[in-house]
Amino acid sequence: MLRYSLRRFLGAIPTLFILIAVAFFMIRLAPGGPFDSERALLPEIEANLRVAYHLDEPLYRQFARYLGNLARADFGPSFQYRDFTVTELIMTGFPVSLRLGASAMLLAFVLGVTAGSIAALRQNSAVDYGVMSASMTGISIPNFVMAPILILIFAVYLGWLPAGGLGGGSLRNMILPVISLALPQVAYISRLTRGSMIEVLRSPFIRTAKAQGLPTHKILVRHALKPALLPVVSYLGPATAAVITGSVVIEQIFGIPGLGRFFVQGALNRDYTLVMGVVVFYGAIIIVFNFLVDVAYAWLDPKVKYA
Amino acid sequence: MSAETAQLQTQDVPGRSLWVDAWRMLRSNRAAVISAIVIGGMSVLVIVGPWFSPYSYDFTDWSNLSIGPSAQTGHIFGTDTLGRDLFVRTLYGGRISLMVGVVATIVSLTIGISYGATAGYLGGRLDHIMMRIVDILYALPFMFLVILLMVFFGRNILLIFVAIGAINWLDMARIVRGQTLSLKHKEFVEAAVAQGVGTFAILRRHIVPNLLGVVVVYVTLTIPQVILVESFLSFLGLGVQEPMTSWGALVKDGAEELESAPWLLIFPAAFLATALFCFNFLGDGLRDALDPKDR
Repeated sequence: MLRYSLRRFLGAIPTLFILIAVAFFMIRLAPGGPFDSERALLPEIEANLRVAYHLDEPLYRQFARYLGNLARADFGPSFQYRDFTVTELIMTGFPVSLRLGASAMLLAFVLGVTAGSIAALRQNSAVDYGVMSASMTGISIPNFVMAPILILIFAVYLGWLPAGGLGGGSLRNMILPVISLALPQVAYISRLTRGSMIEVLRSPFIRTAKAQGLPTHKILVRHALKPALLPVVSYLGPATAAVITGSVVIEQIFGIPGLGRFFVQGALNRDYTLVMGVVVFYGAIIIVFNFLVDVAYAWLDPKVKYA
Repeated sequence: MSAETAQLQTQDVPGRSLWVDAWRMLRSNRAAVISAIVIGGMSVLVIVGPWFSPYSYDFTDWSNLSIGPSAQTGHIFGTDTLGRDLFVRTLYGGRISLMVGVVATIVSLTIGISYGATAGYLGGRLDHIMMRIVDILYALPFMFLVILLMVFFGRNILLIFVAIGAINWLDMARIVRGQTLSLKHKEFVEAAVAQGVGTFAILRRHIVPNLLGVVVVYVTLTIPQVILVESFLSFLGLGVQEPMTSWGALVKDGAEELESAPWLLIFPAAFLATALFCFNFLGDGLRDALDPKDR
């Protein structure tokens, strides 16, 4: 187990390295630089600035320096917000995004597994077809379309919930963003759960449990759920990536001051260091999460040999 | 279509090929058939429709700024805040969205098939290295890299095609490699090798044509993914540039005028969702039809 985890971990390192390298060299190739402004700087001043920011060194030295700074969680200064470092900006935005994303993941998991299990138990019934059509719809409507429609219905027409803002982090303000972020994932997870649950319910050990007279809910919870959840667990990696990407637009739509909003604003203002910092930060989270999911999968699935 | 169908039905008496079987399975799947018809109709509407409209996508109708859908003014979907006809803009957006879907899918297809078929057919250490590279790339958060690309190098429709195509080839490469591995020990390939046919010719003439089944399924499932990515970029303001538009860009504009002009959101969103819905259903239907395990 430990060896398997270690091997997986070593596999994640090149991915992270490539991500950082691609981001780093892309920013160096991009037209424009940190000291471009309407008023041209004196050549001497610009030369001094370049020395101060180590831009005069050869590229590989700069890259090594950037890696070293990253290791100390230093993403460099922001171009746009001159008084803040990128690290500071990430630290103000991330808690908000984390709350949004974690709530959406939790909702997607609970709702998806429940709906999928019910559909599997009543295969080919009206309930099953209902859940499956709803899930196909959920997959086909992207969250940036779903969010404005939800706002239109629940905030503009019905007036039940606020259309945006953080509202001091109140629950009412989180409902619509969390739902729009979670819905596509609910749809995927319920489809996955239904498929694997149907397969598990047909297997001999479930028949044995039934023959021994165990009630259905006990069979489901004690015996069927764990093996049926395996594909769902392995989907949690891509789901995290999708939720993180989705939160970028959801935060934009609802005006939530999270990391995603910094990212979009940074992209539009060409705040290169900020955009790159967010990409590396989020990329690292996704890669680490994929690694954790792999390990959890190996731990759950008796068939995976972690030699 | 009926003549074709009749022809197929008379042919299937002696031996039924995979394609004939698949065609029958697909036709019996009502959701897939309807989806195919809707996609076909939508494509025709998007291509032909703008020619029959009196308005162009960037024409400003000053006397009808931001009005709702009405037949009297001739703006059947209404106009946006700049007085541009939403119906024509939705169709033009559809052109871009569908075109991005098709072209980027072809890009990813070309890369994926050549990479996967090469790795699978040549095998050995090269295969191992090539697949390790795919594994590593697989874990990269490509969406963010595409955004970086668009931010740093500007909004360029060619770049969109290539960037989106470059994300999506990994799945294709894996699937094609697996299929190739099982194909390369078949007798007809051995016969070709025995006759001294070159490696590249075998790949082109014998391996790739036999991959068509999986490829067709994969294409119908990739197109909606690609359309989604493009809409996502456009929604962030990183896609096509004004006054040109795409469904994603229209949804973004609509979301901004939500309270005063909801039709600006509803029509493009309906087109986008319908297209994605139909492609997904058609892809599911094709997978069922072409999957030999399912008979």
